[in-house]
Amino acid sequence: MNITVSLFGQMLAFVLLIWFVNRVLWGPLSAMMAERQKRIADGLAAADKGKHELELAEKRARDVLKDTKAQAAEILAQAEKRASEIAEEGKASARAEGERLLQAARAEIDQEANRAKEHLRGQVASLATAGAGKILRREVDAKAHADLMKDLIAQI
Amino acid sequence: MSEAVKQSGGGTVEYIQHHLTNLCAGDCDPATHQATSFWAWHLDTLFFSVALAVLIIAFSIRLGRNLSAGAPGPLQNFVETILEFVAGQVKDTFPGHNPLIAPLALTIFVWVWLMNFMDLIPVDLLPLLAGFVGIHYLKAVPTTDLNTTFAMSFTVFALIIYYNIKVKGPVGYMKMFLFHPFGKFLVPVNVVMSLIEEIAKPLSLGLRLFGNLFAGELVFLLIALIGGTMAVGWAAAFWLPLQVILDLGWLIFHLLVITLQAFIFMVLTIVYLGMAHTSDH
Repeated sequence: MNITVSLFGQMLAFVLLIWFVNRVLWGPLSAMMAERQKRIADGLAAADKGKHELELAEKRARDVLKDTKAQAAEILAQAEKRASEIAEEGKASARAEGERLLQAARAEIDQEANRAKEHLRGQVASLATAGAGKILRREVDAKAHADLMKDLIAQI
Repeated sequence: MSEAVKQSGGGTVEYIQHHLTNLCAGDCDPATHQATSFWAWHLDTLFFSVALAVLIIAFSIRLGRNLSAGAPGPLQNFVETILEFVAGQVKDTFPGHNPLIAPLALTIFVWVWLMNFMDLIPVDLLPLLAGFVGIHYLKAVPTTDLNTTFAMSFTVFALIIYYNIKVKGPVGYMKMFLFHPFGKFLVPVNVVMSLIEEIAKPLSLGLRLFGNLFAGELVFLLIALIGGTMAVGWAAAFWLPLQVILDLGWLIFHLLVITLQAFIFMVLTIVYLGMAHTSDH
């Protein structure tokens, strides 16, 4: 129970132990724990940031989708308009073509009719001359009665 | 009957005395084996405290080699719990920041607890083992030696004085002695009061730990005596179970005591050093 020089031995041991504990136990372990704390804080911050970015991305995706839909609708409307225009144009040109063909056909018909008429007139004149010759039993001088013939032909 | 009592009493005193005698080297009395002057070494105290210190260091180095921030093992978790407990105590009671305080507190808590724990090892086991290798005196609990407890409390005291002077300045420290606690009109009383207050710190720290552990050791010795001296013949059937029950009870209670004493030493160290760091006293 008496105080001896062991006191100083124990003091030295105590001081050395404090130094060692600080060096090999407290220092590394508390540094590691601080690092862990930082890592957790960083992780939480990153999670928050990621969540925020996800929200932004979702919003952007929604906007893009909306724009695309609007564009698609516009393109569709344009296409429909253009289709109806093309249809109208086709109809108009078909109608014009039909008209043109009709005109041409009519003109031809008229032409044919006129030609037939001329031909008939010629026939009638010669027939009338021949008929009159038969009736008069003599040769009708066509030249002498040319005026009369012309009148006749015109009346037909 | 008187003869038997005398014999048993003599044996008891001798048994206890023997157990409370340190392994002495240097200026020692050859008969009683007690230190006769200051220049005597208590080899058992030095050996066990240094062995436990080496144990702490070796354990720390081994633990430090595979520290993991992501997936700590059960051992690391356990140490981290102790470390966080100590850090929490320092944070709660210590004003400001000083990187020395927390390692100091951790060292005190762990070392004192381990030295106290030597008390829970059966009192006759280590002296018996030492007897086989020719060592006939052994006191295995370093904290039942005043040299150990005072070594720690005086070291803390030196730190208290150092930080008092560092934080308050030499003049401020002197002023604390002169004008505290009764103001400038009672300077002599203040000096005496402050001196007593300051000196009481290391003394109470060292003596509290020593007293608790010494008493605990003594109770263990007395319990050991129940089976040792009274158990003769048929009486052993009664005394031996009693010894086991008492020993178990005291062991469990003492587990609380050694932890509490280590904790008190640590907390008071933090508090005293905290007081040394506050400049307005």
